[in-house]
Amino acid sequence: MLGPVRGRGPAVRGPRPPVRPLGPATRKRLVPYWLLLPGMLWLLVFFAAPLVYQASTSLQTGSLEEGFRVTWHFSTYADALARYSPQFLRSVGYAAAATALCLVLGYPLAYLIAFKAGRWRNVLMVLVIAPFFTSFLIRTLAWKTILADRGPVVSALGSLHVLDVTSGLGITEGDRVLATPLAVVCGLTYNFLPFMILPLYSSLERVDGRLHEAAADLYARPATIFRKVTLPLSMPGVVAGTLLTFIPAAGDYVNAELLGSTDQKMIGNVIQSQFLRVLDYPTAAALSFLLMAAILAMVTLYLRTSGTEELL
Amino acid sequence: MRAPWRWLRRNLVVVAGLATLGYLTLPNAVVLLFSFNDPDGRFNYTWQRFSTDAWTDPCGVADLCGSLGLSLRIALWATLGATVLGTMTAFALARHRFRARTAVNSLIFLPMAMPEIVMAASLATLFLNMGVRFGFWTILIAHIMFCLSFVITAVKARVLSMDPRLEQAARDLYASPPQTFLRVTLPIAAPGIAAGALLSFALSFDDFIITNFNAGSTVTFPMYVWGSAQRGTPVQINVIGTAMFLVAVGCVLAARVAGGRRTRNKARRSSRRRS
Repeated sequence: MLGPVRGRGPAVRGPRPPVRPLGPATRKRLVPYWLLLPGMLWLLVFFAAPLVYQASTSLQTGSLEEGFRVTWHFSTYADALARYSPQFLRSVGYAAAATALCLVLGYPLAYLIAFKAGRWRNVLMVLVIAPFFTSFLIRTLAWKTILADRGPVVSALGSLHVLDVTSGLGITEGDRVLATPLAVVCGLTYNFLPFMILPLYSSLERVDGRLHEAAADLYARPATIFRKVTLPLSMPGVVAGTLLTFIPAAGDYVNAELLGSTDQKMIGNVIQSQFLRVLDYPTAAALSFLLMAAILAMVTLYLRTSGTEELL
Repeated sequence: MRAPWRWLRRNLVVVAGLATLGYLTLPNAVVLLFSFNDPDGRFNYTWQRFSTDAWTDPCGVADLCGSLGLSLRIALWATLGATVLGTMTAFALARHRFRARTAVNSLIFLPMAMPEIVMAASLATLFLNMGVRFGFWTILIAHIMFCLSFVITAVKARVLSMDPRLEQAARDLYASPPQTFLRVTLPIAAPGIAAGALLSFALSFDDFIITNFNAGSTVTFPMYVWGSAQRGTPVQINVIGTAMFLVAVGCVLAARVAGGRRTRNKARRSSRRRS
């Protein structure tokens, strides 16, 4: 299989220079560092350094004309929190709701693909991933059509009196779905559902089907088998899926902008408008820093309590 | 009366799973349907009448195909950059021991665990303060940054699952280290590298949030769609969305057919050898 192997001894290359700065052993030890260097440098300069830079920006005061200086102005944080705490809480609430919905909707599909699909398994996998190939912005805009006022979906929900219940709960308004919390959560759920399904599927796929048989032989009912065997074994997938859904959903501003109104603005919308429209960089930096801190704290707490720290 | 209930209870998982699948694919169906719409006014949100105008003239709106070309160019370069850098890093991590391993691992993990908007805003802050002009290069730098971690993870997993005895065997057969790498290691790692590259391409091509902060006045395809949600959505957006979907599904099917043929040939060859 392999081609002719030529010897590459020093004799072929001719005499070597008498003084070598590094012995072959040292050079060999340096190989991993040379391999690491470009990638790590890229991440350090364009990922880690900006985070530090952002922390310093959040403590600056000034204006676009006079320039910004670090003045250890911690009250930017206090002001930002006081002004935008509704958006903060809303982000966490919407992201949590979307994550819970993703879990409820995604689990049956992952289970179906892993255990019941048989030879349809690959087709179903392609169907889960295929929607990804159309830009997510175009697909989110499609929800504007699906949930349009007096459209078939909204009319059906209205005539089934579902909208009366949901507007009683405060998640829709009157006979509208668009520009309500329900529309935004629906969009978030839709956009991040594959991030829930794929880890769930990969952990369910590893569950040995014979465990189900063994449990059934020991007179466990299907519900008990699920609760005592399948669910505990799929926990790594549940944890990974909730993180992969919650984190991007909490920072998202696309769904709130396209499917919501001003009453559904999330923290991402505030950061985006402070940064790109108001040009108040210290406030944008402070908010973004708070979002990062809040998410890291929540993720750590979650991993501790779910006992899957080795994921990190 | 009780029979349908019993059927539903027995097939609850199948019904619920297929309902979720419907939820996932419904918007694509709407995008496809509305690519044949002929809307009154600027927004393509309500159905008026059937028309194939947009399909016969997909570049009929100003700047649309330009932005698509730019997105493809950025995605190709970002894929190339992230794949080369990521593969090098993955090999170092999987094959060598070195100091500061934990720090390196968390530097790779963190970009995947960070909300995009945090990375977007902080990188843009850096560029602003350095006086860098926003445009093609800042977008490319940002895309390589967030694709890197995904490539590293994909390639590392593949390299770690590889049998080290294969490389030892190559060395025993007098292959030089570069030969071993090119003819044994790289071909085995190739599926991991390909997976990382494909993921990079998809992530970069479809990225909006990080691009929005770091693009300046440069318009990529997702930025064009975002702008059109304010200005008016041309039907051509749906045409391009549907075409992308069809091309991708076509590629998947072609790969499956080719893969199936290859395994069948292999099976035929080995059975012939046995007989």
